[in-house]
Parts: sequence; C-alpha cells; structure tokens
Amino acid sequence: MTTAVIDSPILDLPKRRNYINAEYGFFSWLLTKDHKRIGILYMLAVTLLFLIGGFFAMMMRIELLTPEGDLLTSDTYNKFFTLHGIVMIFFFLIPAVPAVLGNFILPLMLGAKDLAFPRINLLSWYIYMIGAVLGLIIIITGGVDTGWTFYTPFSTQYSNTHVFTTTFAAFITGFSSILTGLNFIVTVHRMRAPGLTWFRLPLFVWALYATSIVMLLATPVLAVTLFLLMIERVLHVGIFDPNLGGDPLLYQHLFWFYSHPAVYIMILPAMGVASEVVAAFTRKKIFGYKFVAFSSLAIALLGFLVWAHHMFVAGISIYSAMIFSFLSYFVAVPSAIKVFNWTATLYKGSVSWQTPMLYILGFIGLFTIGGVTGLFLASLGLDVHVTDTYFVVAHFHYVMVGGVVMAYLAGIHYWWPKITGRMYPEWWARLAALLVFVGFNLTFLPQFVLGYLGMPRRYHAYAPEFQILNVMSSAGASVLAVGYALPLIYLVWSLWYGRPAGVNPWGAVGLEWTTASPPPQENFHETPVVTWDAYDYPSMLKAMGDTQNV
Amino acid sequence: MSDVVIHTEEHPHHPFLQHHFEDMQQQHEASTLGMWAFLTTEVLFFGGIFLGYTVYRLAYPDAWAAGAHFQNLTYGTLNTIVLLASSLTMALAVHAAQTGKRMKTFWLLAATLVLGSVFLGVKAVEYSLHFEEGLFPGSHFHYHGPLAPQIQLFMTFYFGMTGLHALHMVIGAGLLIWMMVRAWKGHFGEEYYSPVEIMGLYWHFVDLVWIFLFPLLYLIDRHK
Amino acid sequence: MEERHLQHAPEHHVTPLWIYFTVFAGLIFFTLLTVGAAKIDLGDLNTPVALVIATCKAVLVVLFFMHVINSPKLTWVVIIGSLIWLGVLFSLTLADYLSRGWTIY
Repeated sequence: MTTAVIDSPILDLPKRRNYINAEYGFFSWLLTKDHKRIGILYMLAVTLLFLIGGFFAMMMRIELLTPEGDLLTSDTYNKFFTLHGIVMIFFFLIPAVPAVLGNFILPLMLGAKDLAFPRINLLSWYIYMIGAVLGLIIIITGGVDTGWTFYTPFSTQYSNTHVFTTTFAAFITGFSSILTGLNFIVTVHRMRAPGLTWFRLPLFVWALYATSIVMLLATPVLAVTLFLLMIERVLHVGIFDPNLGGDPLLYQHLFWFYSHPAVYIMILPAMGVASEVVAAFTRKKIFGYKFVAFSSLAIALLGFLVWAHHMFVAGISIYSAMIFSFLSYFVAVPSAIKVFNWTATLYKGSVSWQTPMLYILGFIGLFTIGGVTGLFLASLGLDVHVTDTYFVVAHFHYVMVGGVVMAYLAGIHYWWPKITGRMYPEWWARLAALLVFVGFNLTFLPQFVLGYLGMPRRYHAYAPEFQILNVMSSAGASVLAVGYALPLIYLVWSLWYGRPAGVNPWGAVGLEWTTASPPPQENFHETPVVTWDAYDYPSMLKAMGDTQNV
Repeated sequence: MSDVVIHTEEHPHHPFLQHHFEDMQQQHEASTLGMWAFLTTEVLFFGGIFLGYTVYRLAYPDAWAAGAHFQNLTYGTLNTIVLLASSLTMALAVHAAQTGKRMKTFWLLAATLVLGSVFLGVKAVEYSLHFEEGLFPGSHFHYHGPLAPQIQLFMTFYFGMTGLHALHMVIGAGLLIWMMVRAWKGHFGEEYYSPVEIMGLYWHFVDLVWIFLFPLLYLIDRHK
Repeated sequence: MEERHLQHAPEHHVTPLWIYFTVFAGLIFFTLLTVGAAKIDLGDLNTPVALVIATCKAVLVVLFFMHVINSPKLTWVVIIGSLIWLGVLFSLTLADYLSRGWTIY
C-alpha cells in the first residue's frame, strides 16, 4: 500500500510516520484494511456498548436498593436485565479481547504485516456494527424481555417485544465473530515470521488460537438455532413449542452448545492477556509454558462437552445430567493448571506493581473464585438448590467481570503505550484498578450469600430480609462505576498529555515490543527473524542491553 | 485491476499478490486454509438443523415417512444428478484454471452456473407444488389428515433445510458470475487460480449437503 | 519459512481428467443405487443403507473433487476436527433424548 512512504526518508524526520498519521480523514478509517486501525474501530464501538450495558446494570442496581418494585415496573425490569445481558455478552465480552486487543496485537506478535485476510477483517467490523446498530434500534423502540437466552416457547409464541429483530441482530453479530476466528486461525498458521515456531509463540497467541477454534465451531450452531427460532416466531410452527409437537429442551441444547463454549470465547483470550502480563511484570519465563499453551486447547475442547449443566433442572434425562456434571468438573483441570502456573511464575519473580499487573493479580483471584463456584454449580445436588438464584449471577459475574473485564483492562493498559505511543498516568490508573477491585467484590460477594439464602434472579422486587445485602451490592456497583469511568477519562487525556512511551516501556519480551510505538503501517520495517523462545527474559534482556526505552 | 500486466524486472511480484504476503505460495495456502476453516463452520451450521431433524425423526417416525411421501422422487433424483453434474463441471473448471486454459475455465464455470440454476428452478417447481397442496408450514398449512402437527414439523424442517441449501446455491451462483468475469479477463493461470479453487470447495460443499438431504427428505420408507 | 516451502512442494498437483469422470460415474451409480435400495424393504436397515451410500458419495466428492487426497495434513485435521465436533453435538444431545425414557418417575 504505502511501502513508498515507509521506505522514504520521511522516517528520518522528527515526526515519524505511523499507522495513525499515515493517512487522514474519516474514510481513511472507515475503509481501512489495517488491522491496527480496525482494532481501534472495534475499541470505540465496544466501549460505547459497554457504557450502554452498564447503564442497564446501574438501573437494575438502583431498583434493587429497596425491596419494593418502585423505580421500574416488572416489565421494564425484564427488558433491562435482558438488554444488559445481550449488550454485554454479544456486543462487549465476545469481541472485547479478541477483536480489540487480538486484532491489534496478533500480527505484531507474529511479525506479520497484517492478518491473513484484511478485507474480511474490515467486513467483520461492519457486520458487528450492523448488529450493534440493530441492537440500539431495538433499545430505542421498546426493547426485548426474554432474557439474553431467548428461551422458547416464551420467545417464539408469547413475548410481545422485539424478539425477531433482536435474535436477528445476534445472528448477524455471530458472523462477525466467525470471520474474526477464521482470520486468526489462518494468520497463526500461515503468517508467522521466520523462526517463529509454535512453541516460540507468546501464550496470548495460543489463547487466541484456541478462542478462534471455539468461535468457528460453536457460533454456527447459535446461528442455525436462532434461524429456527425466527422461523418459529414468524410462521407460528412448533419447532420448540410443546403444544405443537416441538421440544423446548432441543432449543436449550442447541443454544447452550454455543453459549457455554461462548464463555470460553470470552475467558480464553483474557487468560492469554494474563500470561503476557504475568511474564512481563515478573521478568520470568511463564512456568510450564507448554502446559499453559495446551491447557488453552484443552479448555477449547472440553468446553464443548459440558453445556447441559445449564439444564439440570429443565427436565433432561438424569443419566445424561450425571454425565454432563462429571464432564463439567474436567474443565476445571486446565483452568487450574493455568492458575497454578501463573502463581508459580510469580514465585521468586521480580514482581513490579504497575497497573496491568494489579489488574491481573485481581483477575487471578477473582477468576479462581468464579471458577470454584462453578464447580459448586456443576454438582447436581447443589445446583438444584441454587439454580436461578443470585448465586449463579454472582458466579458468572466473577468469571465475566472479575475475569474478562479485569483482563481486558489489564491488556488495554499494558498495550496502551504500543497502541497510542503514550503512557497513561500511572497513579490514576492504580487508583482505578483499586476501585474496580473493591467495587467489584462489594457488588458481587453479597450476591453469593443472597443466592445461597434463596433470592431468585430476574425479579424487580424481593423479600425485605434481603435488603442489607442488596444495598451493599448496589453501593459496590457505584464504586465500580467510578472505577470504570476513570480510565475513560485519563486514557483519553493521555492521548494528548501522556509521556511518549518509546519502543518498549515495560522492558518486555515479544515482537510487538521491537517495533515503534505506535507501529508503522506495515508493522515492521523488515520482517523479523525469531531466534529466541517466548518470554526468554534472561537472554533477551542481555541482547537488548541499553537499547531499552529508546 | 482490469488488465493483467506482468511487471518485469522492477516489480517481480505477481499482480495479484497482496502486499502482506511474502509470495504466491503463502497467499494460496492462506486462502485454501481459510475456505476449509469456513467450511467447518458450515458443517456445524447445517449440523444444528440436521440434529433437530434427527431428534424429531426419532420421536415421530411415522410422520417423517408420511412427509417424505409428499416429495416427488423424480424431481429429487433428477435434481441430485443435476447437482452432481454441476460439481463435475466445477471440478473441471478448477482443472482448466490450473492448466491456464482461459476460455475453457470460463465456459465450464458457465456450465456450472446453468446446472445450478436448473437445480434451483426444479426446486422452485417443487416448492410451488407444496404450496398449492397446502403443505407450506404456518397459516398456509391445510393438511388435516392424521399426524398433521407432526407432518407440519417435517415440512418445516424440509423447507428450512432445503431453503438454507438453496440460499447457499444462490450465493454460490453469485460467486460463479464473479469468477466468470475474472476468468474472462484472464486473471487465472498456473500461478494464480486459488479463487477458482476455493469457489470449487464451496460449491462441492453445497453439493455434499444435498447428498445427505436427498435420502433424508425423499427416501424414507419408499417401499411402502 | 523454509519448512513451509518444503512441506507443500506438491501443492500444485493437477488431477488427471479421467479421475473426475470416473468419480462422476461413481456418484451417479450411487444415486441410482440409493433410490433403488429405498424401494426395497430392508426392515430397519433402509435408513442406515441410505446413509452409508450418502457417506460413500460424500467421501468421493471430498477426496477427489475437493482434492483432499492430495492436500496437506492440516486440511485432513480441519476436516476430521469438524466431524468430531459434529459428533459431539449429536452424541451428547442424543444421549439426553435416548436416555430420557429410562427414568422411573
């Protein structure tokens, strides 16, 4: 494209050419095929939708301050928790780490000029945006009240809200994630720099690769399920309606065949970020590199074998429930391997407490709580007791928010200098990390207790004895909101006033830290040749010597 | 992009080598792997609806047999042969592109397009017959014999599965036209034929789906 | 890089034409066979026979029309992987349906 620019003497001028100032104008962004710019486009969209999803969460927490349903009617409340779930899952959590950070960093980590299919990458953003705009139209025109799971036959025969449009939006957005996964898989196979063998790949790449497998193999099943749902809703036939000979459990099987692995679409790349950050801020090789790498693949595979643990009380055969319960325990093994190996990496490492590391330390603890409570839910007997209570809500928020969002923020801070060329203000960032951690626990720890005591989810009113814990939870939510608002402000501020970052502000290992910040349009002036292992800090630090912080 | 000009000394690159690839080999491997990865997605996409079909066929075997008897076996067999023939012409088109035969590639792609259109035409005739017979599910369903709700379920799957298949055919036809234009312009040759090849992979996959749809929708209990 | 070039040297394999025509003849034969077999009462075996024939046709198309027989190992891995996942979808769902009748209550 602009090789001429890269090779020209302009480089020697004080203002270096990079992907941001290479071209100007609205259309240079909207029609870009540069993976870095597409990553930025995703970042903007995802942030906006996070704010919308967060708004619905805040409204719910305000409603739940008092036992009576005084702020929102039950119908409005149903719509709010539905929209919160749909926006956060389909439009924030699934694209957040892969499509923002993965898009930007993956080719840099591989020493490639771009993803294998740049046009398909841009297409996936447009597909995502079509889904997102449809989602916004639905929100403005009255919402949807089925819960993010669209359970039939309520969604197909009874609900009077925008079910068709919403499922169509989710259907469309699915293709964006399929295309991203496809692009990543081909890129990892075919675009690695010379010498960059599989076991020299950073663990973030392994994690994205495993994520992409799940995206490719799970998402189409959701697509066809929603297709059947749309047929049923339009034609009023009974594919999933027992009155007309259908079976609602078939819907749940197909839905969770996607939606359980979808949890791993969210958490796997987050785990990849954790591996990168732990290595960079302990200056050590990740303990048991191959175990961590293969545990990503193991999670991607095992994640497909457990879906019916969402259906234990729905009426499936108790024998298959036993099998699914048994298999669900297995997913804990590779996840635990990762947690153990991060912890072992910390041991005797020279740990530095910068913001990304703070988030990741929070991530490890919160993810562990989320994972272990998942084991509670995998056991048949206990699951009967806590199904559809706040215990489940707390469990998956520990994984989704305590896990994925923390890791996303860690990744944003860690790669911010690379993405923008500027440092964020460290003190404010640490404060925000602290607020997020405290606010998060204050919000969701009480919900474990509430659920165990029997408070059901998805109601706008509750028994008065639950009020104290609910007030704690709502108070925590407001702390969390401040914690999330701060980075928005100081990261934008840093675009103008942040200290210039230099090539490698963290002294980290990895190809992305060998090119300029922000990187040039073609990522590397010449294709790098890799002769070292991932996280090879001792020899890498020696080799870099005083070229650090150039 | 309209004309192929092979640059000499100054630009040794093939005109269709994209900037982020090292060479044609890498580009070719990336695009075929990409299509195969896409086809795995398609396998699971159709897999979901095949699973629904299987579950209800196990539940309502009699309704499924009755539903299959509403299908016209002659049309079904004819269409199967037409589609297999289109796969043959597609495979031959890839062969022609590989060996650098420009017009042969074009005409074989055109033959594939014609055969695909014949398939869709026959399918349209079948659909209209079902519609007239009141077998289209929903408010147009006017069958009132025994097992009517279950037969409606069969017809829902029939239309769902063949409809998705036909949609893939229509997309394939669009891609074929694009490939014909590019073949006409002489874009393909021994060095660069991956678009035709991955087009072929897609077309053969659509054929594969039909290979399973045909016995599952037309051939249940035909001896009765 | 070197690895890549060595590994896929035979990528530009051109299948002889007679293979395509033979495969096509086989496909037509199997189509007529499956229609014929459907008209004979084989008891419970009608559907399995139809599916076996369909699988044979599918294998022919995949191996020869889609050139998988001359494709790198990775293509095989991708195909077998997708079939394994399809198997998981079917087997674990049907495990529920087929064992539901066993319950006592």
